Amino acid sequence: MSGQTFEPSKPEPPLYYTSKHSSTRRRMNNFEYREINNGDGRRFNREAEEEEDDEEDDEGNGRGLDAWERAYADDRSWEALQEDESGLLRPIDNKTLYHAQYRRRLRSLSSSSTGSRIQKGLIRYLYIVVDLSRAAAEMDFKPSRMVVVAKQIEAFIREFFDQNPLSQIGLVTIKDGVAQCLTDLGGSPESHVKALMGKLECSGDSSLQNALDLVHDYLCQIPSYGHREVLFLYSALSTCDPGDIMETIQKCKKSKIRCSVIGLSAEIFICKYLCQETGGSYSIALDESHLKDLVLEHAPPPPAIAEFAIANLIKMGFPQRAAEGVISICSCHKEAKVGGGYTCPRCKARVCELPTECRICGLTLVSSPHLARSFHHLFPITPFDDVSPSTLSKNPHHKLPKNCFGCQQSLCDPGNKPCPCVVCPKCKQHFCLDCDIYIHESLHNCPGCESFSQSQSVGGSMEE
Amino acid sequence: MLVCLCNCTDDVSLLMVLLDTNPFFWSTSKSTSLSFSNFLSHVLAFLNSVLLLNQFNQVVVIATGFNTCDYVYDSSSSPTNQRAETLLRKFEEFVVKDEQLSKEDTVDGIGNSLLSGSLSMALCCILKSNSNDIQRVFRSGSLHPQPRILCLHGSPDGPGQYVAVMNAIFSAQRSMVPIDSCVLGVQHSAFLQQASYITGGVYLKPQQLDGLFQYLSTVFGTDLHSRRFLQLPKPVGVDFRASCFCHKNTIDMGYICSVCLSIFCKHHKKCSTCGSVFGQAQTNAPSTSNQKRKTPDT
Ligand SMILES: [Zn+2]
Ligand SMILES: [Zn+2]
Ligand SMILES: [Zn+2]
Ligand SMILES: [Zn+2]
Ligand SMILES: [Zn+2]
Ligand SMILES: [Zn+2]
Ligand SMILES: [Zn+2]
Repeated sequence: MSGQTFEPSKPEPPLYYTSKHSSTRRRMNNFEYREINNGDGRRFNREAEEEEDDEEDDEGNGRGLDAWERAYADDRSWEALQEDESGLLRPIDNKTLYHAQYRRRLRSLSSSSTGSRIQKGLIRYLYIVVDLSRAAAEMDFKPSRMVVVAKQIEAFIREFFDQNPLSQIGLVTIKDGVAQCLTDLGGSPESHVKALMGKLECSGDSSLQNALDLVHDYLCQIPSYGHREVLFLYSALSTCDPGDIMETIQKCKKSKIRCSVIGLSAEIFICKYLCQETGGSYSIALDESHLKDLVLEHAPPPPAIAEFAIANLIKMGFPQRAAEGVISICSCHKEAKVGGGYTCPRCKARVCELPTECRICGLTLVSSPHLARSFHHLFPITPFDDVSPSTLSKNPHHKLPKNCFGCQQSLCDPGNKPCPCVVCPKCKQHFCLDCDIYIHESLHNCPGCESFSQSQSVGGSMEE
Repeated sequence: MLVCLCNCTDDVSLLMVLLDTNPFFWSTSKSTSLSFSNFLSHVLAFLNSVLLLNQFNQVVVIATGFNTCDYVYDSSSSPTNQRAETLLRKFEEFVVKDEQLSKEDTVDGIGNSLLSGSLSMALCCILKSNSNDIQRVFRSGSLHPQPRILCLHGSPDGPGQYVAVMNAIFSAQRSMVPIDSCVLGVQHSAFLQQASYITGGVYLKPQQLDGLFQYLSTVFGTDLHSRRFLQLPKPVGVDFRASCFCHKNTIDMGYICSVCLSIFCKHHKKCSTCGSVFGQAQTNAPSTSNQKRKTPDT
C-alpha cells in the first residue's frame, strides 16, 4: 500500500551544498506536469510538494499553481475562500495578509532579541528515534504514519543543520522490540536521509527502554560542550521492555540527556513521565501539518539547555578543498582517491568529508561555509520602517524615489499613486514589499547598506 | 541521449552581469593586463551575443563600484538598436557618481569593490522576475527564464564583507540561482570560489585576458539546460578560509565560540559577540571538566 506512493529511488533531493540539480529539478516538474494527463497524477503531486518544502523562502513558487493542480495534502480548498459582505465567496487576499503577518512576526522577534543577544548556535548532539513498530503502518496519516514521519524528518534534518551548523544528528529505529542504530552521529544531511529512506519497513512491537539504553551509550561519549538530546517519533501506544524502564529514565536524567517525544496516536503516561524527568517536551500530532510544526519546533536550540552550556573556545581548522582530478591518499579510509577531499591546514593530511577530526593531528576540521550559515543570527538586519502614503502627504519634502532600490520595480502603481513601501533606517533607501520580505527572510543583507562604502563597516561592525 | 525534458521549445536565460569598476584595480597595470576599454568591448560583444541567442533572453548589468553599486543596463527596458549607447552612457554616469562619493584620494593597495552590495541587488532583482514569471509560466506554459549571475571581478576580496557575501551566497543557493565567476585579477578570489562551488556555478580564471570574449562566450554564454552537455572548467580547488571577527584577517585555523560560533584568530578570555566567558582553550575534543559556567546576560 505504502510502497505505491513512496519510492525510495526518487530523484535525489537538492544537496545541502550544491544546487547543481536546480535546472534538472525544475525540468522534472515540467515533465511530470505533462505526465499528469496520462493519469499518473500522484507522481506529480509528490514532486510539487517537494518543491514547496524546498523553497519555503522562495515565496510563491508552489502557490502559483491553480487549485486543481495542487497536491492532495492541500485539498481543503474551501479554506482559501472567504465570504464578503454581500455573501459572495472570494479567495482570501493572501499577499497583503501575508505581509502584515510577516511584519508582526518580525517586530515581535526583534523586540525580544534586542534584550538578550544571540545564544544561538549551541552545539547539539541529537538522536532521532523513529518508531517502526507495526503501529507505524496505520493509515490515519496518509498514506501511512511512517511515510509521513520520514518526510517530516527529512525536512527537519535540513532545517536542523541550517540552524545548528556544528551540531550532529544520528538516527535510531525501533522494530520488533529492538532498537537499531541506523546512522552514527554525523553532520551530513544526505547520508541520514538516504539511510532512512532505504529502511522504511515496519513490524513488531516498540521498546522505549531499548532505544533509551542504546542512545544513552552513544551520547555518553560526546565532548562536554555538546548538548545531548533525543527526539522520539512514537507511533505505538505501548512499550515492550526487557527491564525496569524507570531506572533507564533516571540514568538518562543523570547523564543530562534531554528526551522529547512527539506522539502520533494518543498520550501515554510513560512518555510524558520521560519528558518531564529529563526536561524535554511532549506533544501529540493531530494531523500532518501539525506534525510538521511540532517537529520543526525542535530545530532551533531550546532555551532551557542554554544553562547546561559550558562556554568554550574550540580550536578548529578550515581546510581547503582540493582540485578535481588530483590523486591523493586519504587519512580516513587509507585509500588513494581521485579528486575532492580536504587538506588539514595544520598537518596537511587529506580527509574525505567535513566536519571531522583530523586523524593525524586531532584538529577539529569544519567547512567555514557551514559556520557562516548561522551568522545571520549573530548580526540580524534591522527591520525596515513603513512608509505609508499618509505620512508622505504630510511631509512634502520627503521625496519618494521612483524605484525600489533592490529590484528597480516602480514604487508607483499604474495610476502614478505611490504604493506602500519600506525604508531602511540605516541607509535610507526605499524598498518594495516583496524585497522587504526577501531581504529579511532569506537574504539577511540590506542591499542599500552593502552598496555604500561609508557603511561598509556596517555589515562587519561585529565586535565594536 | 539528448532529450529535452521540459515542454518548452527553447531555454530562456535571465543573465545578471556584475561588472567590477573599481578604478584602483583598472588603473594599476600590475593587477591586470587588460585595459578597461578593452574589457568593456569584450563584455559588450558578449552581451550582444547572449541577447541574439534567444529573443526572450534578458540581460541586466550592475556596476560594482568602489563606493557604490547601481543598475546600469536592463535589456527589457532599453531599445534594442542602441544597446551599446545606452549602456555606455549609464556607465559613464555611474563612474562619475562613484568618483564623487569617494572621500580619500589614496587607498593602500587596490582596495575592494562592493561585491556584497551588487550580489544582494542582483538577488533582489531575480526574486522579482521569478515571482512574476511563475505566474506567466503556468498561464502560458512557455516562458521560463532561468536566472543566473555572472561576476566579472578583479579586485581582491574585502574581508569586511565576509558575512554579507556569505549571506548572499546561501540565499542564492536556496533560490537555486547559480553564481558564475570570471576572475580578472592576478589572485584567485576565495569569495567567488565559494560562491560558485556552493551554488553550482562555474568558476574560471582566464589565462589569456586578451581572449576574454572567447572565454565568456564558450563558458558563460550557454544556458543552464545546455550546460549539462558541456565539459565546463572544473574547479581548481576551493579556498574555504574564513575571516576572523576580531581583526578581519583571513585565517585557515582559529578559535570558535561554542555558544555563538563566532570566529577568532587567537584565544580570548571572553567572546566579544555573545559575552560568554571561556575556560581553557580546548585543543582536543573530549574534556573531562564537568564544572558549569553560566553565561552572563549582556
Ligand atoms: Zn577517506
Ligand atoms: Zn591534521
Ligand atoms: Zn523591490
Ligand atoms: Zn540599509
Ligand atoms: Zn528545454
Ligand atoms: Zn583576529
Ligand atoms: Zn560567543
